[in-house]
Amino acid sequence: MNNYLEFEKPLAEIEGKAEELRALARSNEEMDVEEEASALDKKAEALLKDLYSDLTAWRKCQVARHPDRPHCLDYINQLFTDFTQLAGDRNFADDLAIVGGLARIGDQAVVVIGQEKGSDTKSRVERNFGMARPEGYRKAIRLMDLAHRFKLPVVTLVDTTGAFPGKGAEERGQSEAIARCTEKCLQIGVPLITVVIGEGGSGGAVALAAGNKLVMLEHSVYSVISPEGCASILWKDASRMREAAEALRVTAQDLSALGVADEIIPEPIGGAHRDPQTTIKSVGAAIEKHLKDLSKKKPETLIKERRKKFLDLGSKGLAA
Amino acid sequence: MNWISNYVRPTINSLFSRREVPENLWKKCPECGTMLFHRELADNLNVCSSCDHHMHITPRDRFADLFDGGIFTEVSVPEVIHDPLHFKDQKKYPERLKAAQKKTGEKDAMLVAQGEMNRTPIVAACQDFSFMGGSMGMYVGNAIIAAAETAVKLERPLILFSAAGGARMQEGILSLMQMPRTTVAVEMLKEEGLPFIVVLTHPTTGGVTASYAMLGDIHIGEPNALIGFAGTRVIEQTIREKLPEGFQRSEYLLDHGMLDRVTHRKNLKAELTSITRALTGLPPAVAGDLPKPSKAKSEAPKAEEK
Ligand SMILES: [Zn+2]
Repeated sequence: MNNYLEFEKPLAEIEGKAEELRALARSNEEMDVEEEASALDKKAEALLKDLYSDLTAWRKCQVARHPDRPHCLDYINQLFTDFTQLAGDRNFADDLAIVGGLARIGDQAVVVIGQEKGSDTKSRVERNFGMARPEGYRKAIRLMDLAHRFKLPVVTLVDTTGAFPGKGAEERGQSEAIARCTEKCLQIGVPLITVVIGEGGSGGAVALAAGNKLVMLEHSVYSVISPEGCASILWKDASRMREAAEALRVTAQDLSALGVADEIIPEPIGGAHRDPQTTIKSVGAAIEKHLKDLSKKKPETLIKERRKKFLDLGSKGLAA
Repeated sequence: MNWISNYVRPTINSLFSRREVPENLWKKCPECGTMLFHRELADNLNVCSSCDHHMHITPRDRFADLFDGGIFTEVSVPEVIHDPLHFKDQKKYPERLKAAQKKTGEKDAMLVAQGEMNRTPIVAACQDFSFMGGSMGMYVGNAIIAAAETAVKLERPLILFSAAGGARMQEGILSLMQMPRTTVAVEMLKEEGLPFIVVLTHPTTGGVTASYAMLGDIHIGEPNALIGFAGTRVIEQTIREKLPEGFQRSEYLLDHGMLDRVTHRKNLKAELTSITRALTGLPPAVAGDLPKPSKAKSEAPKAEEK
């Protein structure tokens, strides 16, 4: 059973009909529905292709937030071997919204860090829906330091609505933690590759994404503010998020045009959630490719290029 | 005090209804409601004489006080692509920009200058809250980079006064990218061993706090300034509880270890002098070193060059 997004409703109807027919046939041996059912399948397939060939910015936001979309731990478990999770900021707590540790991809030992939104009610609550607190960012800082000292490349997987807006988070210095984490990204003398696998929500995402390469999945988004937040401020109406999403230019394609994203990884037809295995494999191939390119570079070069990348940003706008 | 202002106001307004007179001779303190005469308020660095509330101060007025004799040299900021996203909400972004430029007389939300503060050579950058809420876009990023580069070139400390609601949404992802971009600027200073001192003024929130404003060697807050990452309303809606009195204010941050000091605006210059001189190996400033700056603060500050 699929979780359908609002714009996938027509698709849900067709797939539902096909499913109904087949269920009927299963309970009634004499019935042969295969011809009709596969006609519906074809229709659904065509519609799916059509729907996903030209997603609006807001629809991309919905796809990026899809609950069945592969999350950070799906990537870690399926792409990496020998994953040894490392916990804690050595100061206050272990924030489960950010997971990280030592792992291998191919033969290469790396430090992998990412935001995990959780996959069911229990884990979503545990992981605070992927919204990290200062201790999460401080854990990331610690792990990046570790990577730097032992010369291990860092792979970050970004998927967060944003840093957590909470009382304790503010008291423990959410701003400072994010600022220091971004700073750490810029300081380490090892390759830093970021993949935006779902949502790149504002400063909470930047803190893990100030790296050498920014790779985005085809339907992932990365934005300074959520479309809803932007709509409520600029339009004074949160329900105008469709317009806000369009205006903010949040899609991987926009970010690539602006020189922010270095590569876009295509998703299977119908989005990553329809075929997680293929998506995860493509992400793995991209990571390995960039690791290979970057691992030849000296620490000073990596730092210098990273800085230059950000200093040079903004030299191109979007075509009118 | 109140009855005087209420009584005097109409008379003065009718007396000075000529063109060159500022439109608002009186300003109401948003905290205590006292009506304050504009010249007195300016002499008091926009701090309410009745309740000590620190009101917004423009970068030029700030610099007129900070630099000896009100003399400073503006550091030019590289141009940016205006409206890189062709952003339009209920208004077009270029229209909003133009309105803000007309209102403030400034190009964008940050002014950078170099000069001497109590005979201590410094570079200073000041964010302008009256320009689209001080929001950080490409221009502000360029201004901070220009400030850091100038500080490195002249081997001087950088003092930055922050004031912003956050990033400039109208520049989308490019505004967000000013977080790492300005962090690179801070790195340039650190590498050269130059002090980076941040004075956080009301309000400093969002992506600005979560980047350069929290990366100083020293953090000084102006009294009662709102400083935080998330907006108070967003937090209340998220955690569904009322936030304590003074939450996200300078004094609260001082209590929670995020600031080094909370300093009254009138004491800032002396304090910044003493800090920068200590950090750069200069002997203490001697009082009486310089003649007192001229009183004519309400006039436009003189700039050595443009
Ligand atoms: Zn007052």
